[in-house]
This record gives sequence, structure tokens and C-alpha cells, in this order.
Amino acid sequence: MIALEGVSVGIGGAPILRDVSLALEAGRILGLVGESGSGKSMTALSVIRLLPQGAALGGRVLLEGRELTALSERQMCAVRGAEVGMIFQEPMTALNPVQCIGDQVAETLLVHGAAGRSEAASIARERLGRVGLSPDRFPLGRYPHELSGGQRQRVCIALAVALRPKLLIADEPTTALDVTTQAQILSLIRELVREEGMACLFITHDLAVVAEMADEVAVMKAGEVVEHGATAGLLREMRHPYTRALFEASRHRPERAVRETGTPLLEVREAVRDYPLRRSRLFGPRPSFRAVDGVSLTLARGESLGLVGESGCGKSTLTRAILGLEALQGGEIRLDGAEVAPGMPAELRRRMQVVFQDPYGSFNPRHRVGRILSEPFHLTGRPEDAEARIAEVLRDVGLRAEDAEKFPHEFSGGQRQRIAIARALITRPELIVLDEAVSALDVSIRAQILDLLADLQARFGLSYLFISHDLTVVRAITDRVLVMRAGKIVEAGPTEAVFSAPEHAYTRELLAAAPVLPAA
Amino acid sequence: MVHYAATRLVSLALSLIAASLVIFAVVEVIPGDPAAYMLGLNASPEAVEALRRDLGLTGGLVERYLSWAGGMLRGDFGTSYTYRVPVAELVVQRLGVSLPLALYALALSTLIALPIGMLAAARRGRAVDYGIMGVTQLGIAVPNFWFAMLLVVLLAITWQVFPAGGFPGWDAGVGPALRALTLPAVALALPQASILARVMRSALIDTLGQDYIRTARAKGLSEGQAIRNHGVRNALIPVLTIIGLQFSFLLAGAIIIEKVFFLPGLGLLIFQGITQRDLVVVESVVMLLVFAVIVVTFLVDLAYAAVDPRLRHGR
Repeated sequence: MIALEGVSVGIGGAPILRDVSLALEAGRILGLVGESGSGKSMTALSVIRLLPQGAALGGRVLLEGRELTALSERQMCAVRGAEVGMIFQEPMTALNPVQCIGDQVAETLLVHGAAGRSEAASIARERLGRVGLSPDRFPLGRYPHELSGGQRQRVCIALAVALRPKLLIADEPTTALDVTTQAQILSLIRELVREEGMACLFITHDLAVVAEMADEVAVMKAGEVVEHGATAGLLREMRHPYTRALFEASRHRPERAVRETGTPLLEVREAVRDYPLRRSRLFGPRPSFRAVDGVSLTLARGESLGLVGESGCGKSTLTRAILGLEALQGGEIRLDGAEVAPGMPAELRRRMQVVFQDPYGSFNPRHRVGRILSEPFHLTGRPEDAEARIAEVLRDVGLRAEDAEKFPHEFSGGQRQRIAIARALITRPELIVLDEAVSALDVSIRAQILDLLADLQARFGLSYLFISHDLTVVRAITDRVLVMRAGKIVEAGPTEAVFSAPEHAYTRELLAAAPVLPAA
Repeated sequence: MVHYAATRLVSLALSLIAASLVIFAVVEVIPGDPAAYMLGLNASPEAVEALRRDLGLTGGLVERYLSWAGGMLRGDFGTSYTYRVPVAELVVQRLGVSLPLALYALALSTLIALPIGMLAAARRGRAVDYGIMGVTQLGIAVPNFWFAMLLVVLLAITWQVFPAGGFPGWDAGVGPALRALTLPAVALALPQASILARVMRSALIDTLGQDYIRTARAKGLSEGQAIRNHGVRNALIPVLTIIGLQFSFLLAGAIIIEKVFFLPGLGLLIFQGITQRDLVVVESVVMLLVFAVIVVTFLVDLAYAAVDPRLRHGR
């Protein structure tokens, strides 16, 4: 039904896609997997011809025998939205914030002249109902900011399928969502494809998702399709070494030497954190929202403790309190017996460092790596041997001493995360808080960083507080795990025990929702 | 929405009170006696004393402030020392010229700027865009009185389409009055339109990189449709801010243009008030301008909320 024949894309002479040939059938899902930069999204964008400016497209894309690549821009506009629908990764920003959801869905119908205004509104209501936003709970006049991420993605799906297109392209549609929401969106897409007889091109970096979703899989690397076949067979045989490497990296578990001493390093007792909300009346009492509600935890020296939970459960708030960035409204936090609070002494801060998800955002782009790494010295005073210390931590994280002279943009994402780890290490801390520290990385890079973290822990006797929404990663690197929901810890215990025999209903729900790779 | 408007109104009232206190204090802290200052060095003590009574400078500080502020609330702005007429009367006369002129210029500037800004954004990086950027750069760099003189030479002297200056008053009919205001309004509007067009262009270009524009394109909208249906409204917030600032400027900042076209406007009134040491006029007109700026800011705030639903819910 839809065929890509020898599609190639080049930007400024550099090849981005090379000879990509794929075929999609009605009612079936083709999964396109690969790491960032492998050309997955470019393949999708060349089907709907929304490539970045200056990109040269070669080869042919055929939709039921019609050559899309030969159409004019005006003709292409008539195809987009009507015959090919597309949904994207970021539901939070994919909708126009100043237009209500009904109008945004109805626009698809109006722009193609498929319905008049009132008819478009009633079709929009029906389509929104179909994707699970029933009109009585979600009237057409709602605005995107009144909806959660999962609900917004449902709106995006509704407007992409409003005209019952022949092809639905889904570009990482659940990457930004929580696991339970992800499971719902995935099953919605699967149902729609089956019921409406659409073909679906499903792009993801996550092999487990593709294993659950796709009838067929194509694996991409450096702009080429390296392996292509029916999902079950491909995952069983994995003929191409790259497929095998991706698979291994996805389920990688670093070798960890457990060296628990049992003496507590970090103690949180009955921590409470309230946020003031807006007054509902001008002079009424100020309501507040309890983001962290009586949380207690203990982290021993040399231990790795995982903290999992979905967005909005309070884990970031708890993290900021543990780092001593925000004051508590109740309870206490102690690091090696000393109280942690916003005004705590620099020496205490030195012993506790943090690594965030997006290192690039936390580096000043105009500073050289050496200066970035020496920043934490304001806690200790610049030591005599600062240069040597910088060279040493760079080598510790697998970079070279010469890298201190470079700027952050000269590094890849994985290398930047190494720099962020080096910056955390330079004050010789005892506790490192890893806040979604590997969540933005490709699986192969993620595996390397996990190995690095395990190695550093063994060498320096570090304790980790590992915060993540990704259950696989938490399972791979932690000794104990805490499950957080709505500001409370609902389950705690040794990682393997919690994962293999969850006690709390919510933990079971989380584990059931997470897609799993079939055993090799 | 009501909550939002109510909080804005409260802050409006508080700003007015703060402004009146500052203006009152400035007149108070001018060294020496305002009455003596206004009458000059050679005034007789009796004359100074009489003026002090006229100005309401007798009595305690709080009492004087309350009587001044209370008078303004009742529409009594005092009596001009130089013109010997109530200031309220003077101001109303002058507003009859300045307010229509400011609105006329603002309307022209907005009508010129928004389409040009949209065109430049839609054709960004191409010849049309470079042309518009060059012309608007010129429009910002060239002072408005030079435009004014050029307009007078061309349209009033050579072709005699519009009068070269003066104002017949609204009694002479709307047509002649508007004709008299046209050239000054155009001269005022050109630099403002240049600034506004550039703001519109860059705000629109910012929105064009957003994900929702990509969503719109994937729905089948052409680039032009995506800009019109989704870009423009999102780009309006910075544009509204600039429009608000421009109105405040146009109301009192037109003094040079008023001079070029012999228009009896507010700008000239306040300038004469300052040069003739007529503190009563200065005090009142400044208060009036502050009031105008605050009201315009309030209207701009309401416009923000009309444009962006997120503000209505107070986020």
C-alpha cells in the first residue's frame, strides 16, 4: 500500500538517508528502531515531505501507486492530514496553546474541505471520544494546558486520524510519557490501526516497545536499514550484529561488586514539603499542595538506592530537598548526622553532588570544560593541584586530560554526561544523586554510562540515589528500591524482591505497564 | 477571567496612589517655596503669600495631599497660574487634539506594521524580507520631524492635498479636523510602524520553530495557513506590549510634531508649563499622563488574557 523505494536524503552534500526501501500494509504496524541520528525521523519526514530546508530528497515514495515524491507542494498539502497523519514525540508542545482542542481537531477537517463548521465540530467530538476523551469530561472548549501529557497525546492522535488516513506515522509517540500512560497510548494506537485498517509507521528507540507493538521491524543505523523482517523472527534470530548489539545494550546490567557497610549516610525522616497555591479568593486563606508527604528513607554508605515513580509523584521535589536547595515544612534530612537545609555549610554540600538528565542545559556553553569542572571548588576553595585534579577526574570518567581545553558543544551526548559525572566527582563526594541521569541517552551509550557508574562506585565507595522513571535501568543498577506515588513511598525493599514479587497494587501496575523485551 | 481582571484593577488603583504620592513629593522637595519659585526673584511677599493660598500650600503635608488628590477625584485640577483658567478646561481642550492624534497614529502604525511583519516572517531570508528589514531600519533611524517636514513639502506645498499645519477644531467638522491631523499622524506612525513590524517579524519567526506549527503542517496546512492560523495569535503578546508602550509615548511625546504642525496638543502644554514655571499645570498634566499609561497597561493586560487562555486561569 505504501512503499519507499530507494529513498535518500542529503543535506548540504552530507548523506542522511541512504537507499531506504520499506513497504507498509493496511492494518499492520511497521516498527522503525535505531539510535538517535540513525535517520528514523528523516525517513518519516521524507514520506510527508516536511524535510528541513535545504534537504535533497531522492528515490520514490508511493501511496497506493501514486508517487508522492512527484507531487507539487500544493498537492502534498492535500495529502498531509487527509491520507497521511502524523503524531510526534512531545505532546506538551505539539498543540497550539492558544486554541481549544475542538478547534484543533476540527481544523484537520476544515482545511481539507471535508466538512462544514458544525459538522466538523461534531466529527471532532466523535473522534475525541474515540481516543478516550469523552465529550462530557473533555468538552471541545478545553485548552491544551488544562490536559495532562497523555491526554494531549490523545488529542494529537485524534487530529491525526480525524480524516481516517491510510497511513499513520507515529514518531516516538510515548517517549515523553510515563509507563502507565505509555501502555494506554500504545494500545490505543494498536486498536485504531486494526479497526480503521490504517498502515502505521511506528518510530521508536525502544526495542521493548517495538517488540510489543510492531508486526514487522526495520532496524536503522547511520541512515540505512540494516535488518528488516517480521518482529518475532527478527528478534529471535538477530542476524545483523548491530541488532544484536542494540538488544544487548537494552538489557545491559553492569557488573556490580556490592560493598555495603550498613552505616547510614543519608537519613530522611518524615519529610514534608508543601507548595503554596494561589488564593481562590482575594483575602482568603492560602491553600497549599503537599508534594512530599511524610517520606522516610535511609541510604547506607556504598549503597545504590533507586527511587521510581511517575511524573508529578514528588520525586523531583524530594530530590531538591535532599540536595538542600529547598526547606522542608516538616521532618528532617541528615547527611552523616549533619542537618541538610538551604543554609547548610559548604563542606556539607561538597559531600553530596548531583547529575541531571540534560547535562548540556547545565553547562555554560561559553566555558571550557576545565572551568566547568572547577566550578564546585567554590565549596572547598581552589586547591593547589586543581589542574591535576581536573585531569584526574577526566581520566576517571573515561575522557582525556586534554579535553579540559574544549567547549561542551564539541562533545557527544554520552561524553557530556561523563563531564557532568566528572563535575560531581571533583569535590570527592560521598553521595551522588543521579536524577534521570541516563534517561536521555541512547541504549548503547546508556550501557556504557551504567558501567562507568558501577566502576566509580566500586573504586570510590560512592553511594547513589538513583531517581528514574525507567524501571529497567533502576533494576540494573540499584540494591534497594523505593516506589513513590502522590508524595508517599508506597513500597520499599531489595530491588530484585520488589521487581519479582511486588506487594503494593501500584507497583504491580507499574511493572505490568512497562514493555518487556522477549528473552533472547 | 473575572479574578484576573479584579487583581489587575487592584494593582491599577495602587499604582495610581503611588504615582500621586511621588508627584506630590517631587513638587514638595523642590528646594524653596513653589510659590516664590513660580513668581521669580522680584515678587513681593504679599503676592507670594496670595499665590501660596491659591496653590493650596497652606496647612500640613497630609492635609495638602488629601485636598490635592481629592480635588482631582472631583475633576478639580486647580487653576493655571499663567493661563488664569481651570487646568481641567485646558487639559480637556488639549486632549481633544492629542488623543485623536495618538489613536490615529497608533491605528496607522498597527495597520501598516502587522501585515508587513507577517510578510517578512513568511518570506524570511529572502529578498522581500531583506527589503522590509532595510526600510524599517531606515524608518527607525530617521527622526519623525524629518518625515514631517518631507510630508509638508510634498503633500502640503507641492500637491496641496493636506493643510501644512494648524488645527481648525472639531467644531469645523470631522472631515477638516481629520485632514489636519493626517500628516502629523503619518509622521508619528512611520517610526512606530517600523519598530512594530520588526517586533511582529521576530515574534512570528520564534513561533514558526514551535512544534505546534509542525503539527499544523502535518495536518495539511500550507506554510502561510500555519502562520495565519497558529503563528499570529501566539506572536501577539510581545506585539501588544509594544503597542501599549507606543500609545503612552504618542499621547505626550508628540511635542516636536505638534511644534512642526502648530497643533495645540498636550506635549506643548506641558512644555509651556515647565518653561513658565506653572507648577499647577505640570503637576496635573503629569498625573493625567500617569493615569493614561496605567489605564493603557490595564487594557493591554486584558488583551493578553483575551489572546492567551493560560493567563485567564492565572498561571
